[in-house]
Amino acid sequence: MNAIRKKKNVPILSVRDLKVHFSLPGKGFFGPERKLKAVDGINFDLFPGETLGIVGESGCGKSTLGRAILQLIPPTDGQVVWLGRDIVGAPHREMQPLRRDLQIIFQDPLASLNPRMTIGEIIAEPLVTHKPELGKDEIKARVKRMMARVGLLPQMINRYPHEFSGGQCQRIGIARAMILEPKLIICDEPVSALDVSIQAQIVNLLQELQREFDLSLIFISHDLSIVRHICHRILVLYLGNLMELADRDSIYAAPKHPYTKALISAVPIPDPEIERTKERIVLTGDLPSPINPPSGCVFRTRCPFAKDVCATDVPSVDTINDQHQVACHFHERM
Amino acid sequence: MTNHILTVENLRARFQTPDGEVEAVNDINFHIDPGETLGVVGESGSGKTQIFLAVMGLLAKNGKATGTVRYKDKDILNIPSRQLNKIRGVTMSMIFQDPMTSLNPFLKISKQMTEVLVEHRGMSEGDALKRAINMLDRVGIPGAAQRVHMYPHEFSGGMRQRVMIAMALLCDPEVLIADEPTTALDVTVQAQILDLLRDLKKDFNTAIVMITHDLGVVAGLCDRVMVMYGGRIVETGTVRDIFYDSHHPYTEGLLKSMPRIDTASEEHLFAIPGQPPNLQNLPKGCAYQERCAYVMDRCCVSRPGLFGFDDGRASACFREDGQ
Repeated sequence: MNAIRKKKNVPILSVRDLKVHFSLPGKGFFGPERKLKAVDGINFDLFPGETLGIVGESGCGKSTLGRAILQLIPPTDGQVVWLGRDIVGAPHREMQPLRRDLQIIFQDPLASLNPRMTIGEIIAEPLVTHKPELGKDEIKARVKRMMARVGLLPQMINRYPHEFSGGQCQRIGIARAMILEPKLIICDEPVSALDVSIQAQIVNLLQELQREFDLSLIFISHDLSIVRHICHRILVLYLGNLMELADRDSIYAAPKHPYTKALISAVPIPDPEIERTKERIVLTGDLPSPINPPSGCVFRTRCPFAKDVCATDVPSVDTINDQHQVACHFHERM
Repeated sequence: MTNHILTVENLRARFQTPDGEVEAVNDINFHIDPGETLGVVGESGSGKTQIFLAVMGLLAKNGKATGTVRYKDKDILNIPSRQLNKIRGVTMSMIFQDPMTSLNPFLKISKQMTEVLVEHRGMSEGDALKRAINMLDRVGIPGAAQRVHMYPHEFSGGMRQRVMIAMALLCDPEVLIADEPTTALDVTVQAQILDLLRDLKKDFNTAIVMITHDLGVVAGLCDRVMVMYGGRIVETGTVRDIFYDSHHPYTEGLLKSMPRIDTASEEHLFAIPGQPPNLQNLPKGCAYQERCAYVMDRCCVSRPGLFGFDDGRASACFREDGQ
């Protein structure tokens, strides 16, 4: 990570105070409109060739954040600076050419492929949209090359998605995202739906492609073991708020936020001796509703270390060193 | 006479499909003792769920099970559902992966929970409700007395899974079959549910079958492990045997390919090459041959049976053939 930063210390993407609020109808007929704060003021930078992990429980806003960066969901407030330019609210006509460099891979590999298109058509579609000047033969050649690169047999080009297994469908999704040679891919839980033995194949493929094409990745996941393997830096989200952001080694070796600690200690380790003797922080209860989040620190209702101040004051995001940020009143004692 | 609470011998489950017969499960032999936790590990399509659907008499209509399933001394495979209903839901309960689809969305939790007690135990509605509230309390649902009157959609995912577990425990079952009970849940909630299962084992000596693909869950909870591949058991042993001294190449591959949260990672993750087998079109010989690093000529010709060795250990691989 340090090497990456020294080499190219200009971020490719800067997210500043990004907010996504959804309006909900009020309770009852005349009730006031309610706000669901899915993402509530997130800041981070992403550097070329870097993988940033976004982790958190379901409903913490990690997918919404990913989509808001791509302007697939319009942000309510804040900036998304892509290559030096704020793209929030950019008109479709200006956004379209930028999309060449910004791609996404989805969780459910089969559901994200059109069942009535052949996989050749699916993978070629971005080329047809963004590079209409290319001839048919050139498109076909590029599609076949990309299929071979992601581990699909090029002679399968005329088959349909349902003829493929989950792992192969995810390869098709990756080929579609890679065909324009983008600079950033947002991977939204790309391996969660896959079997263990196939997960490793897809994770390796993503890492190879990253090295080969100097890709930046945003890896959204709830699986902290895989995140540790693939990500350089990790952002921990809870109810749309940043809890902790640090490089991989600090976050796993010395987490400063109680939520990060609890999350890491809850992941089962495939080793009976370690798993049965390790120290665990068990959180009680469930994620509160994002419509009516707790006052002060949003995590306080489940935090084993919460004090009075946590209910009244929102903790600021403190910078411990330039690699490590944490939003907790008591992070110095952690 | 043994004190096995559940004994399965030569269990086979076949399905008639438009594309021909599919053998989902083959040659399954195992037993569970009271208070024991058996982990059943395998990928999707390995047959791990079908074994227990067959045991519970819940196979799909086009499926047929043969072999022997004994609850204590009583043969329960393919007996009429009226007799089976005296056992399932009472002394043997099953919880499923997706709690929302296993609960009736039209009925209040109270109705769904008391029904079992009124039906099987002949309790009065009032007593049954009291017991239901008690049980919800036990599985950690706050405000159980009020929440028992809610509908399933008013609960979060973790709470719904607790309701399912509470329901399965109403009649004090001796065997609890849990089919991926935590797969759909967040890790922090998963940890709560696993603690709950551990308590059950301790407090009531319940025998638990944990069907899962997560080896971490197995490591923390199980006593013995059964690894499934292509509809067959490929390795069995104690949890220590499997994790520290695995014999079957598939078990070995599975363990190696799991990224671990407690170790800084290496550059490349070990990956088992290829795809899980298609049950409709299994290769001749060993089902794992195409993905196996140790494949020999004979693996492609004949299928290795389970080679037993040591104490209760077995591996379905010709490498154990003592040659």
